[in-house]
Amino acid sequence: MKPVIFVLAYLILAPFVGALLDGIDRIVSARMQRRKGPSLMQPFYDLGKLFSKEMIAVNNVQLLLNLSYLVILMIAGSMLFAGADLLMVLFILSTADMFLIMAASSDSSPFANMGASREMLQMMAYEPLTLLVAVGFYLTTGSFQVSDFLTRDYSAVIWMPGLLFGFMFTTAIKFRKSPFDLSTSHHAHQEMVKGITTEMSGTTLAIMNIAEYYEMILLLGIFFLFFVNSTWWSWIVAFVVCALIFFMETLWDNVSARVKWKTLLYSCWVVTLVAGGVNILILMLIK
Amino acid sequence: MNKVSKSPWLLHYDASSCNGCDIEVLDCLTPKYDIERFGIINTGDPFQADILLITGGVNSQTESVVKQLYSQMPDPKVVVAVGICACTGGVFKECYNIKGGIDTVIPVDVYVPGCAARPESIIDGVVRALKVLDEKQAAMKKDGR
Repeated sequence: MKPVIFVLAYLILAPFVGALLDGIDRIVSARMQRRKGPSLMQPFYDLGKLFSKEMIAVNNVQLLLNLSYLVILMIAGSMLFAGADLLMVLFILSTADMFLIMAASSDSSPFANMGASREMLQMMAYEPLTLLVAVGFYLTTGSFQVSDFLTRDYSAVIWMPGLLFGFMFTTAIKFRKSPFDLSTSHHAHQEMVKGITTEMSGTTLAIMNIAEYYEMILLLGIFFLFFVNSTWWSWIVAFVVCALIFFMETLWDNVSARVKWKTLLYSCWVVTLVAGGVNILILMLIK
Repeated sequence: MNKVSKSPWLLHYDASSCNGCDIEVLDCLTPKYDIERFGIINTGDPFQADILLITGGVNSQTESVVKQLYSQMPDPKVVVAVGICACTGGVFKECYNIKGGIDTVIPVDVYVPGCAARPESIIDGVVRALKVLDEKQAAMKKDGR
């Protein structure tokens, strides 16, 4: 019964919580830049507006591909919240991203195609570490099942601090934050503004935004797993730490400039190798 | 809830401006003026924009671009002409290579005169454009679109 409730809560609440977090993120960013910023409900207004706009479709397939992105992300998130196999969740997460890349490259705009190829590059950068995180959880808890992580009497982070650091480093890509926002930078002064969404408008863009909110909650869920254990208070600690990690991602977004793709690839792989690899090595020797 | 004026995304195009007005437009994003507090995002994409903000008069080279940007924006949409050149052609009005204000090419909803237009008046113009945007959305709903 419990997994059903979790999955339903995820499917219904994730877009709302994600949009709220996005609103908080935009206000906090604005305050960091000494601005007032938009209202907390701004992401909801944006979504409402996007759905009400005239439908302009560049081709027949883009909306379908974006819907696939959304649905497959929902499946990945539901599996995580149902306590299923973490490795499978991560594989499905990458599959979802492939649909976004296909949606962006389905049209003829060179900006969208550049955005799509950069998105693929970003996948290359974060994917190794994401897999190492799953392996780390296996070595720490002896299982890939998310439900098993919750029954251990220690938090996984004790055995995998390096992997946590690496995951925080690479999720800046997934959260669409600088310095790694090569394909989706919001900032108008950069050479390719939101390349991957160039040809998306109205409903199509709104669906992509909702999918991003699902993804955001999914990622925070994985951060949650680092801290949670069989005690009740670890859930509170995990919630607080997740909020803190989200704040730190916002901070990092505001203090760093965008890097070039080579720096992205090298820095992510170096962090994967040093923080992730050494952590896994120690785990394999000790546990 | 889904009033378009709550989240107007703005597309800025320089038709032939001297950059004076362009700098004032970018000024609106700075901490002092902060147009994001109205939910306005300076987007670079006509597919996602609600407000087309144009500086400078139209010449034969930018005419097709202005028309194309306007046609790529989904309804409802408004056009704001910023600076006296965009409104009427300004001091370049009689030049052989200038067609005149933006309204010689596409319909303009709000005129913001000035050389260069001050950030305060640009914000004022954009906020007035929001009302036009809402009216257009209401008219669209009436037509059942």
